[in-house]
Amino acid sequence: MKVLVPVKRVVDANIRIRVKSDNTGVETANVKMAMNPFCEIAVEEALRIREAGVAEEVIIMSAGPEKAAETIRTGLAMGADRGVHALTDERLEPLVIARLIKSVAEREGTDLVILGKQSIDDDNNQTGQMLAALMGRPLGSYISRIAKNDDGFAITREIDAGLEDLQIVSPAVVTADLRLNEPRYASLPNIMKAKKKPIDVLSPADLGVEVVNRIEVLRVDEPPAREAGIMVSDATELVEKLKNEAKVI
Amino acid sequence: MSILVIAEHDHSQLSPGTLNTVSAAARVGGDVHVLVAGSGCADVAEQCAKIAGVSRVLCADSAHYANEITENTAALIRANVDGYTHVMAPASTFGKALIPYVAALCDVQAISDISEVVSADTFVRPIYAGNALATVKSSDPVKMLTVRTTAFDPADGESGSAEVSSIDDAGADQGVSFVGQNLSHSERPELASAKIVVSGGRGMKSGENFSMLETLADTLGGAVGASRAAVDAGFVPNDYQVGQTGKVVAPDLYIAVGISGAIQHLAGMKDSKVIVAINNDEEAPIFQVADYGWNEDLFNAVPALQAELDK
Repeated sequence: MKVLVPVKRVVDANIRIRVKSDNTGVETANVKMAMNPFCEIAVEEALRIREAGVAEEVIIMSAGPEKAAETIRTGLAMGADRGVHALTDERLEPLVIARLIKSVAEREGTDLVILGKQSIDDDNNQTGQMLAALMGRPLGSYISRIAKNDDGFAITREIDAGLEDLQIVSPAVVTADLRLNEPRYASLPNIMKAKKKPIDVLSPADLGVEVVNRIEVLRVDEPPAREAGIMVSDATELVEKLKNEAKVI
Repeated sequence: MSILVIAEHDHSQLSPGTLNTVSAAARVGGDVHVLVAGSGCADVAEQCAKIAGVSRVLCADSAHYANEITENTAALIRANVDGYTHVMAPASTFGKALIPYVAALCDVQAISDISEVVSADTFVRPIYAGNALATVKSSDPVKMLTVRTTAFDPADGESGSAEVSSIDDAGADQGVSFVGQNLSHSERPELASAKIVVSGGRGMKSGENFSMLETLADTLGGAVGASRAAVDAGFVPNDYQVGQTGKVVAPDLYIAVGISGAIQHLAGMKDSKVIVAINNDEEAPIFQVADYGWNEDLFNAVPALQAELDK
């Protein structure tokens, strides 16, 4: 079995982002970047599936500019076998990314694609669902458990009302939620090894995908700031404020 | 303009988020229809017919929709989408899974989690965990959107009188089968739409200690939530989680107990009208967004607050 894990390079989760002064977007120049945390969980799960002897190969892919290769290397340093880089400087919307992933998944003949459920920059939460729809393969969104069995995969999904168990046939597309696993750190020897692992570089045209965007970002603003209020010193004061000042109880 | 709102429900009761989604649809303007896909869901169709501003309810009552199988509901929407300019669903796990799937089937780039309707093709949505707001314009002939329900007031669910028509089911995907579910049952209001929310964080130290917050929530008629740290620690189930990747809430009163206030948590609650923070760490970032901060050990503060409310 082959597992494909698409990953995204995003602003590090610990960085406080800044909206550009001309309101065209969020400042990303000279800002620390990292693999999207949900993508790390996806990579980890793929590695565990391989380590359990269920998969033979884990392929990491990313779509984006030259620098996206660094994020592929991060996945290789965690232990994945090789990479595919869909190289383009154009802005990519989820539908286009899903088409690029579909093309790679079909070329590679993968049995399972594991994605993070959303990226922490655009917060779209779309690519996995779109990929499943385009491929016509079963979708397991927001999973907290996956196990291979004779009929495909048994999965548990985290839904608003609790947990849901589904059985999906292989090949399938799943998206990782927070509690699927705790991703490992790359060890120094593995970081060195990762430098020698192969990354195929392909253009969207090589993958038969035309980059056509449908969404225009008109502007990006800071949200209205919330001001800190006052400190209270005991329960009597708090309840009095909530009743008489805020009038919420 | 003709808008199809996808109802979220449990086959007998419409989810409150659907009412907020209808409000968002009304902001676009035009005819608003509601699609109900379920099994034994006639009551839900009747509830939808009573929503103010809804002119028609389409009801597909079939065993194929007994569970929320994204593939099946998506196929149904695709079969009925002709003639609509917008398809909208609440940005719950139901809608967030469904809308991008349908959009890809229809060759549309979906727009997630809209918090404002600027015009029929332009919407505002939070990005970077709500630390920025993007205004985006779609050039797709059909706009497919999920709606941040806390950003829109609920539509009146009593004064409408729409016609209900049955529609054919669109088959079942053979690749996915439902096995079972483990749902949290609670007599408390639904977290995402509760007027008061009492949330606990890592500072609660154990799941047992959440009973203090449950009592407090019951006294106030509120729901109980949690930070990711409390869920990851196993204190409470996943469906309690408030934050960027959990539920987004905007109650009249949010009481954060033992929650430090990571940006991922703030993303899920900072639109609350009034925020109370109880924390023994005076440097906790939660105090920067709190209207009323109380720098006290929660194990002293919560019982004292309970006693004061019980007076």
